[in-house]
Amino acid sequence: MNIVVLVKQVPDSGAERTLSADFSVDRASSSNVINEMDEYAIEEALKIKEAHGGEVTVLTVGPAGATDSIRKALSMGPDKAVHVQDDALHGSCAVATSKVLAAALRTLSPDLILSGAESTDGRVQVVPHMLAELLGVAALTGARKLTVDGSQLTVERQTDEGYEVVTAATPAIVSVWDTINEPRYPSFKGIMAAKKKPVQALTLGDLGISGDEVGFAGATSQVLEFNKRPARTGGAKVVDEGNGGEQLVSYLASEKFV
Amino acid sequence: MTLTDPLDLLDFDSLLSDEERQIRETVARFVTEHVRPHVADWFEEGTFPRELAPELGKLGVLGMHLEGYGCAGTSAVAYGLACLELEAGDSGLRSFVSVQGSLAMFSIWRYGSEEQKLQWLPRMAAGEAIGCFGLTEPDFGSDPANMRTRAVRDGDDWILNGSKMWITNGSIADVATVWARTEEGIRGFLVPRDTPGFTTRTIKKKLSLRASITGELSLDDVRLPASAQLPEARGLGAPLSCLSEARFGIVFGSAGAALDCVRTAVDYANSRVQFGRPIAAFQLTQQKLADMAVDLNTSALLALHLGRLKDAGTIKPHQISVGKLNNVRTALAIARECRTILGGSGITLEYSPLRHANNLESVLTYEGTSEIHTLVIGQTLTGHAAFK
Repeated sequence: MNIVVLVKQVPDSGAERTLSADFSVDRASSSNVINEMDEYAIEEALKIKEAHGGEVTVLTVGPAGATDSIRKALSMGPDKAVHVQDDALHGSCAVATSKVLAAALRTLSPDLILSGAESTDGRVQVVPHMLAELLGVAALTGARKLTVDGSQLTVERQTDEGYEVVTAATPAIVSVWDTINEPRYPSFKGIMAAKKKPVQALTLGDLGISGDEVGFAGATSQVLEFNKRPARTGGAKVVDEGNGGEQLVSYLASEKFV
Repeated sequence: MTLTDPLDLLDFDSLLSDEERQIRETVARFVTEHVRPHVADWFEEGTFPRELAPELGKLGVLGMHLEGYGCAGTSAVAYGLACLELEAGDSGLRSFVSVQGSLAMFSIWRYGSEEQKLQWLPRMAAGEAIGCFGLTEPDFGSDPANMRTRAVRDGDDWILNGSKMWITNGSIADVATVWARTEEGIRGFLVPRDTPGFTTRTIKKKLSLRASITGELSLDDVRLPASAQLPEARGLGAPLSCLSEARFGIVFGSAGAALDCVRTAVDYANSRVQFGRPIAAFQLTQQKLADMAVDLNTSALLALHLGRLKDAGTIKPHQISVGKLNNVRTALAIARECRTILGGSGITLEYSPLRHANNLESVLTYEGTSEIHTLVIGQTLTGHAAFK
């Protein structure tokens, strides 16, 4: 099975994250890592390859610095990578990013596309659906379990209430949550092999996309301003002058807790 | 702004290749996820969880700096960095890995026959088989040349008698590399666990390296075929070369233990409030932290320098003595000083510094005591061997 895993480099969600003057994510001043959910997608791809054979390709759209995350992804075990890199991509919205990913995926003709269910920077969760639409393939999103039987895919789709069982034939895109598996550590052999694995560089020109379709120029939405979440303020103090209980109850009632 | 890694003080990581950084990060993550949550219990119970061995094998840490036979074949620096992060977890864990990779596996890899290598190395690299290394005896520690364990020929076979003491992994090992005196000089032998006459005993009541198994090996008329002898090992130089390998790991590892102590002490000093302010804001605490950070970073740079020399193939045994002497005594001093910052909290297993300090007491004297390393340096400087 020919599997492509979408891997995004994101600012480390455990560290301080900031926006640049143009309201894009400031990637220079943060330490950048593989989007955590994508590691689960890589693990799932590797498990499918180990069970059914095939090839695993990592596909990344991102700046030059994303190479670091691509090598880390390859050190877990995928065979090769494709890196779409173009200065015009800076500021791309989800729609534009999907167009670029779809164009790159057409050159790879995968049977199965795997991705994390969301990225920790954008958190919009729409790219897998948009790709399914653009490529005309089935979308099985939010998987907590994936079973492959020939060309038939069965997914347990995680919801707030429980899970749904959905099936589709390949080609398809499956996005995964962190409940699906336990990603492996890159082995030292994997780390040393990663630097010898092929990484194909593609530009927008290679994909037949013009610069004004992507980036800020082609964005379908625009950030006008942003504000930090207000700092937490001190709560109301209840001084017990014999009626503390009543005051507590009336406070809870006013907040509709009781 | 505070440093999350005290080694960022001098941008230590900027001296590493991407591959070396990634190996350091991977081992650090493994230790955080699989070791830190449990190590206090292992220490208290005096156990080393054998099931950790295959996990370490999967990671590729066992014999990682050896080529072929299922080993990863990394640089010496990468191996050192792995030791640093393992010992930041616990010296017992690093000891397990040192003995498996640098003593047991290295002795087979360097001095064994092709048959011995194929039989043992892949399984040892995977953590399916555990090895140990029997050189030290109850009466011969720093002076192994006078060992009593003997191997005598009986036809094509060898008969071994004697005992070995303070053997890390001794009582859990599937195969022991045992050094014995023969008529031709000191030779090495591979003794599988179930060989008749070969017994082991676990040493109990330890106050140090409690999350590591230490044993005694007894050899009572142990009969071994000629194929059990390590064909390339001739003389005491063979086991001593293995010890040089293991000491190299200690140079990095002890810096790791110190790193964990300093990180713990800084965190604690920032959160512990006395007289209305964090104790980290007091000058006496800052002096302790600053002095320790300077010593820690110096140790790390020394370790890295020795690693680069080893990768260049030019390192000399007395240079490893410099590293072991300096970095272990420095780490021990740092661990004790960190404990003072933690006050009463520092005497429980809730915090790592006293556990590290207790472990480092063993590290100070095993694989060459600090006294012997001092005299090795003295001999290099003066030409006089003061320990003979």
